[in-house]
Order: sequence, then structure tokens, then C-alpha cells
Amino acid sequence: MPAVLGDRRRARRRAAWRRRRLVLLLMSPWLVGFSVFFGYPLVMSAYLSFNHYDLLSSPRWVGLANYRYLFTVDPQVWTAVKNTLWLIAVMVPLQVVFAYGIAMLLARAKSGVGVLRTIFYLPALAPPVAATLGFVFILNPATGPVNTILAHLGINGPLWFQDPAWSKPSLTLLGLWGVGNTMVIFLAAVLDVPRHLYESAELDGAGPLQRLRWVTLPTTSPVILFAVILGVIQGLQYFTQAYVAAGVASGQASQAGDVTAGTLGYPLDSTLVYPVLLFQHGFTDFQMGYASAMAMLLLAVSFGVISIILINSRKWVHYGGAAR
Amino acid sequence: MSRTRGVLALLVLCALGVATVGATAATAKKSAPTKLTVWVGWSARELSVFKKVAAEYDKSHPNVTVNVLGSINDDKIVAAIRAGNAPDVASSFNSYDVGIYCGTGGWIDLSPLMNKSGIKTSDFPAATNYYTQFGGKKCALPLLADTYGLYYNKDQFKAAGIAGPPKTIAELTADAKKLTKFNKDGSIKVLGFDPFIGFYENTPERWVTAWGAQWLDSSKHSILSKQPGWSNWMKWLKSYVDWVGYNKLVKFQAGLGDEFSASNAFEVGKVAMNYDGEWRVAFIQAEHPTLNYGTAPLPAANPKLYGSGYINGTIIGIPKNGKHEAEAWDLVKYLTTNTHALAELSNGLRNVPSTSASLTSKELTPDAHFATFLKIFANKYSSTSPITAAGTAYTNAVQSFATKWQAGKVSNLASALKKLDGQLDAMVKQAGGGGVP
Repeated sequence: MPAVLGDRRRARRRAAWRRRRLVLLLMSPWLVGFSVFFGYPLVMSAYLSFNHYDLLSSPRWVGLANYRYLFTVDPQVWTAVKNTLWLIAVMVPLQVVFAYGIAMLLARAKSGVGVLRTIFYLPALAPPVAATLGFVFILNPATGPVNTILAHLGINGPLWFQDPAWSKPSLTLLGLWGVGNTMVIFLAAVLDVPRHLYESAELDGAGPLQRLRWVTLPTTSPVILFAVILGVIQGLQYFTQAYVAAGVASGQASQAGDVTAGTLGYPLDSTLVYPVLLFQHGFTDFQMGYASAMAMLLLAVSFGVISIILINSRKWVHYGGAAR
Repeated sequence: MSRTRGVLALLVLCALGVATVGATAATAKKSAPTKLTVWVGWSARELSVFKKVAAEYDKSHPNVTVNVLGSINDDKIVAAIRAGNAPDVASSFNSYDVGIYCGTGGWIDLSPLMNKSGIKTSDFPAATNYYTQFGGKKCALPLLADTYGLYYNKDQFKAAGIAGPPKTIAELTADAKKLTKFNKDGSIKVLGFDPFIGFYENTPERWVTAWGAQWLDSSKHSILSKQPGWSNWMKWLKSYVDWVGYNKLVKFQAGLGDEFSASNAFEVGKVAMNYDGEWRVAFIQAEHPTLNYGTAPLPAANPKLYGSGYINGTIIGIPKNGKHEAEAWDLVKYLTTNTHALAELSNGLRNVPSTSASLTSKELTPDAHFATFLKIFANKYSSTSPITAAGTAYTNAVQSFATKWQAGKVSNLASALKKLDGQLDAMVKQAGGGGVP
């Protein structure tokens, strides 16, 4: 009898091992991709952050020197941090509110719904570089159509991308214009709100604002949380638009590879966001060890910010009774 | 016996045949030209000039085939070295990064090859020698040089009643104001002169030579705050920008054409005087041959310095781990020391030839506009900017400071310059792996 039990156990173990092998085999493309393109670079970045590494000679251990320079000397770091925080505090909420507002309007549209959805979604298809070039051209203070129209109306238009006070708002306008992806997600969520909830609210005498406050927002709150987290992550990694806008607006973009202080962060470091500074140190100053230390800080901050949002979300995100 | 002999003779013949075939194959293999890849920063018209000179070398050297690739920058060079597929010969517009190439060994030390070939550093002017070495290594050679001077529109000068180019900063300021015209709404119609840092070729290192300001002391520490030339230049810059109006100037610049296009502000008469490199002569010849203009040295704060200017230029070297070092060196040697090649390049690119011998070459096409720059290059007070381990970041940090200053974002210049000195020293130490001072 014990021998039979032992055989069964062995058979079960063999079967379990076969299942695990199959699972591993099926997961192997992801595991390989994750290890090669995420795990290894992450571990290497952490290692390089404690090294002096100029890309051309071998890394040399310097302990915490890169972090000391980052926190106590580099004059541009805090400017870059402030610019990135500005985008997260202003641009991300505006993008969420704007996308949500457009989704609400589109959900109520009675005719031409398909055309309207297409029109509002189309900008999201524009490549970021092309979209940024277009905006810098449109908002050119001397020759751009926006300031030309404003001048006809007797208004002296701002310098937009050429003015440190207006450069980030200009990038925000660009961000709002290309909010189509988030809008589509919100639209799906808004259209998915059960009709009977609105009917019940109406029977209870709720007006449009109350229905929004007590029905639509709570029901779509998980999607809003998703959009906020995605927006914050994108805000922390914001690069292309700031890099291109600064280069083109400074008038130096046509010179092949001539990345100068007058270009990155133009004007007056107002578009010098953290990832742009990281890129500058890593790929134009060739200080990859120091850039890795900056990347580690960015990782820690991203982790911290997302954790805070997730913990805080328990107060305002409703999952409709379903387990989270 | 005779049969044995016959067999032996046949074997000998076979052996000879095999040997002959082998030798022919070996000869064919030996004579196959080595493919040399050369990366340069030039593009479009300028690239074709370089390719023409490279083709001449190619033709006279059957042992190599030269393949030229243009529009290259330092990012691409460094990435290629790291990936192990660097070109045999690399050229960069950015002499500031010599500190990085020499310091890291990214480009090989050319000193042993120069000694072997009998090429001396004294064959090149002092300034070019300075920006092609770092840390005791000569890892680059100058491939033409750039000098900077004043371009002025003779028609606009005549209309404003100005007899000739300014020689002092006071004259420059007065002439610039006289040449500036405003529209009815107060915006700029024509600007007399634009020294705004970030506009076209205006950078601090190209300007402070006119004030004779130094960068480093003997122990290689930054001394910007201790040199009156730096603060005097900055004060002059700010006063001029304030006279025009910062916002007006920014708006005006936003409407100007690209520097390296036929819409260049000086070429189309939007700016009456412009601080630019010697290459503009060729651009004007190609794009606006009827433009009535003159060239002169940049006005100087000290009369002794008038005639001098800022010098830097294109550098060329051999990236490490190259497979054809001997052939690569032979090409580098030809491009940087052959008077005919330098004259050809200089005539086509209108860059300054970078050996002492080629400066007086009879092959140089005479040109009064260009001759100004040859004189600036030869002036004993002409200078260049420091080469440090921080590379471009060093001068970029100073430029970043100057842009803030001209915008009125720096309140106390003296203390701000002192702080900048500390930051520059820290930057160099950090770039060299030395950590925080």
C-alpha cells in the first residue's frame, strides 16, 4: 500500500514538474525579453551608478561620488526636477480633465459621432517629433499664424516657445492637443456606465452635475486612476517634445549633432526636464556613470510617486463591489 | 628508370603548377585594395568638396579604396567605437571633445606615428596644436581651422554714412545703433548687429578673445571671476541687449532664416554686421554672389588685440581598435599635412588651411574676403578655448550662464561668476572620475 502511495506521489510530482516546464516554456519569450531588455539594463544601471564610466574606457568604481555630485553640486538638477514637477502638477491633470471632458461631450453627441471621434483622436496619431515641429512653427512669435491672427485682433501675442514663462504652457497645449488615446479610453468607460444608475439618479431628482458627481465619476474612477498613473509615468519620462521644441525654437536644430547649452532646455533651461538632462549627461557629455545615478533616482522617485497615488486612490476609486 | 624519371618530372611540374597558382592567388590577394572608411561632419556641398580630395588620394593610392560618409557627429563616433565598428578614420567639428577622445583612449595617440613619419608639432600653428592634444596625448590633428571675424554689408554702411568697419567695441556699438532700423510698431526691421549669445555663431568663447580674458590659471582652475575681461564683456553684452530690448530681439531672431541656408540673416540684409566664421565667404559666393560686403577682424576692447580672433576647427584621428592603422595613418597624414590637399579643401570649403606651410600655398585661390581670416589665424594674439576632461559640457556651462545673464536673470555678476568658477572646477573633477571636490 505505501509503495502504491509513493508511486502516486512521484507521478503527481512528475506531472507537476511537466506542467511547470510547459508554463516556463510558454513564458520563455517574455522571460528572455524581460531579462535582456529590462532586468539586465536595470542591474547594469544600478552598478554603473557607482562607477565613473565615460562609454569609451572601462567603468571605474567611485562609490557614492556620482550621487554626491547629483545631490550637492550639479547646478542643473534642481532646475530639471522643478520643470518635471511642473509638467506633472499642471500638464498631467489638465490632460486628464481635458480628455475626460471631450469624452463626456462625445458620449452625448447625437449625430456625426464617428466623424467627431475621428477628429478628436487623429492628433494622437501624429508622431511626437512632427507634432512638436508643427506647434513650434504655428506658435512662432514672428512668423507663426497664431501671433499673426492675434496681431490682427490688436493683441501682442506671447513669445511661446521662445519665452521661459510660456514654453511649458506651450508644451502643455501640445500635450492637450494629442490627448486622443486617453480620450478613447475615457469614452469607452463613460459609455459603459450602466443606464439604470442614471435612471435611478434621475428618479431621485439628480441634475446633470449631480449625476456626474455621484454616478459617472465613481463608476469610471478605476479608469481615471489608470489615466493618472499613466500620465504621471509619461510626465516623469517626458523627453521628445521638450528636446525637439528646444532645438527648433533656439534656431540651432539644423546643425548636425551640435547640441549646445543654448539648445537643450531652451529658453533659459525652462524646458530642461529631468530625462533631457539625463540624456545630456549620458550621451553628449559622455558621463554614463553619472547619468545612471540620475536614472536610479528617477526610478526611486517614480516608484515613490506611483505608490503614493495608489495608496491615496483607496479613498476615491470605486470598483463597483468587485474585488480589486 | 626512364619511367621513374617521367613520373618525377610530372610531379615536379604539378608542384610547380600548384606553386604558381598559389603565388598568383597570393599576389591577387595582396593587391586587393584595403577599404578605408572615413567619417566626417560635412554634408551637402561641403561634403562633395571633401569627397573630391579623398578621391584624389584614392586615385594615387591603388592599395586603398576610400569610402567617405558625411553628416557625422560625436555621438555617432562614440557609439561606433563602443560597438566595435568604428571607421578607420574619424573627423569631428568639435575640437572641445578632444579631452574625451584623448583622455579615454577612444582615439589612438598619434605621437609615435608622427615621429616615425617625421611630422613635427611645429608644422602646425600653436592654437591648433593646443586643441588636438590632452593629457600628454596627441590623439588628433587639425583638418583645416576656423577663425571668426566681422562681416559687414557695405551698402548698408554707405547708406548710414559709415566709412569702414569698426575697430573698437565703442565704434561697434555706435555703428550697430546707427544701422538698426525699427518698424512703426517698434519691432526690429534691420538690426545693426546681434551679439546675443545663442544666435548663430555667438558663444562666450568666441567673444572673450576680444577682451583678452583667460579661462584657467596655471593650476587649471577656472578664473572667470578674477578676469576683468569676462565681466566687462558681459556688461557690454547686457547693455547692448537692453538697448535693443530683450523680447524684441528674441522675436526678431525667431523670424530669421536658418544660419546655414540661403535665408541667413546677414546674407539677406536683415543684419548689417555679423560675427561669423570664415566659411561664410563660400556660402555667400554660392548663395548670394552679388552681395556687397566686407570682412574684418572683430573689434577689440584692447587696441593691442585688434586683428586677433578665436580659433578652433575640425579635427581628425584614428579610433581605437582599427583594423587598418597604417593605411588610416597614411590618409590622415595626407589630409592634414599635404599642402596641395589642404589648399584644395581650403579653396572649396573656404576654411583656413591648418599647417604653417599651406597658409602661404600658391594654390590657394586669392580672395580679399577670405584673406582677412588668414591674417586673424596668423595673429599672435589669436587664441582658443580650454580643452578639459568635461569636453563640450565645459563651454556649454559658461554659455548657459551667459544666456541667463543677458536675459537679466543674474543679479550679482561678481558673485555669480565666482560660483560658476566653483561649478566648472567641480564639473572637470567629476568628468575625470574624481568626484566632488
